[in-house]
Amino acid sequence: MDLIWDGLREAVRILRTGDNSIWSITLRSLLVSGSAVLISLVLGILGGAFLAFKDFRGRNILLSLVNTGMGLPPVVVGLMVAILLWRSGPLGHFRLIYTPAAMVVAQTVIAAPIVTGFTAAALRHLDPRLRTQLYALGASRPQMLWIVLWETKLPLMAAVMAGFGGAISEVGASMMVGGNLAGETRVLTTAVMLEVSRGDFALAMALSIILLVLIFAVNAVLTAVQQQEKT
Amino acid sequence: MAPKLSLRDVVVRRRRAEVLRVESLDVHEGEVLAVIGPNGAGKTTLLQVMALLERPAQGEVLYDGARARGHELSIRRRMALMMQDPLLLRRSVAENVAVGMRMRGVSGDKRKARTNRWLARFDVAHLAGRSARKISGGEAHRVSLARAFALEPEVLLLDEPFAALDQPTREALLDELAGALGETGLTTVFVTHDRSEALRLGDRVAVIVDGRVRQVGPTAEVFAAPADEDVASLVGAETIVAGRRVASADGIASVRVGRHVIDGLARDGLPDDVLMVLRPEDVTLMKPDEHRPESSARNHLHGTITRITLLGYQARVSIDCGFPLFALITKQSLEEMGLAPGQEVAATFKAHAVHLIARGPSSVGDRQAD
Repeated sequence: MDLIWDGLREAVRILRTGDNSIWSITLRSLLVSGSAVLISLVLGILGGAFLAFKDFRGRNILLSLVNTGMGLPPVVVGLMVAILLWRSGPLGHFRLIYTPAAMVVAQTVIAAPIVTGFTAAALRHLDPRLRTQLYALGASRPQMLWIVLWETKLPLMAAVMAGFGGAISEVGASMMVGGNLAGETRVLTTAVMLEVSRGDFALAMALSIILLVLIFAVNAVLTAVQQQEKT
Repeated sequence: MAPKLSLRDVVVRRRRAEVLRVESLDVHEGEVLAVIGPNGAGKTTLLQVMALLERPAQGEVLYDGARARGHELSIRRRMALMMQDPLLLRRSVAENVAVGMRMRGVSGDKRKARTNRWLARFDVAHLAGRSARKISGGEAHRVSLARAFALEPEVLLLDEPFAALDQPTREALLDELAGALGETGLTTVFVTHDRSEALRLGDRVAVIVDGRVRQVGPTAEVFAAPADEDVASLVGAETIVAGRRVASADGIASVRVGRHVIDGLARDGLPDDVLMVLRPEDVTLMKPDEHRPESSARNHLHGTITRITLLGYQARVSIDCGFPLFALITKQSLEEMGLAPGQEVAATFKAHAVHLIARGPSSVGDRQAD
């Protein structure tokens, strides 16, 4: 128990005194995962709308693949992205391996199926006659899509929350494609892993607290917006 | 002048099965075309094709005489469709009315003015700021009507707009719709399975059965002379004639129809120019030489049988009493009375059976009275 209490006390002290390296790790985590979620939103909304509205052969197989993608193990994603971005790999000439961009790619692969799956489910749940009504009101295709997305913004916010949670909390893929380089690709999760391996539980706890607070803050804001919309 | 909207050799298939085939159907500028048919007949599909929301497997939709193909969006923006379910968005009532105008590029000031005007016209101006999710079914239909009229379309398409509502609300909304259509003179296609709605609103009627248009014509003609048995059963083969109220007393309105004065139940607010609607099964026939028994029926007319149509165990008897009157009797009665075309006959019916409705500016009765 002492280990926990001492660790917690030390973690709080570190957070209060502040350490530039901790805040730069935090900022990098936010930037990498935020970028991945933004890209995933664009890909996921377009992909989800396509899967929800377009009737084509093989749609169910594609939906099953997306649903499988929602639970992709991050280490597997890390391995795939690492192979692609490895210097001798097919996309090696972009020289992205061990950069934050590689981590954005990996986290996008993790978050995009989540956003796609949630979007497709939300849009398929809508009354199909609504699209007909919107076209009859004079909507172009982009106008129709914009309005139905606005109508489903509550479940779409859940998609953002789930996508952000999946991206910022994964460690395997970031470690593999980012390399956990100090000052370059170290993010909260990889830093926690490193500090635990070094036996610095207090610092690991401080970083974990920041990670939890970040996830809580994003979810709290989105939940508040959701609740406001419901009333 | 070319019809406002035309269908030519249109075929719609679903999963390889043909669900609609229309060789030719025109909607003329300023008219209300009522489309009636049983459930599953293809009425909604027909309307979706007209609204350019479904592209037929074959054939063409013409708008102002020109092919609509390739110009669907711009033509859709000149029409409005009101469906059975208002399908309002999670926004305020006013925003719901404005959304279509916004998509059509109507400026902010005009949007606001039209929204206010039509919400007020359909008595829902007080709901403008309220969430569309927090209004009643009847109110939502009023908002849906306001949304359609605020678009100021050239063609209004209505797909059984009030079918889901209770009778009093439906009656009230039909009255308001009829009023708004009268004011605007909008070219309208009104799909319904209720023949009384078609009678009330339609200048012309198209009857659709099994995906085919069986008969199209002025409402009075289609109701008075159905082309086939299916159409006859759909339209109920009713007597519809124009008349003028000459007296009202004790809840009874006396209406002059040709040389006859017919008693019917008076309704509040009934104007003097009316249509008399009588269902054939409410008419009792007697031989004219028979002693007229004392009865509570207030209406007794004499006429000549012009036609007898056998419908299974029943017979539809057409009588000329100065206007066409239809009676439905059993085949047994027909044989026992020995009725035949050319014979004189007496018809009686109660005032309760006489349905008096307001005569519109271009309603069926004008043609019927010719």
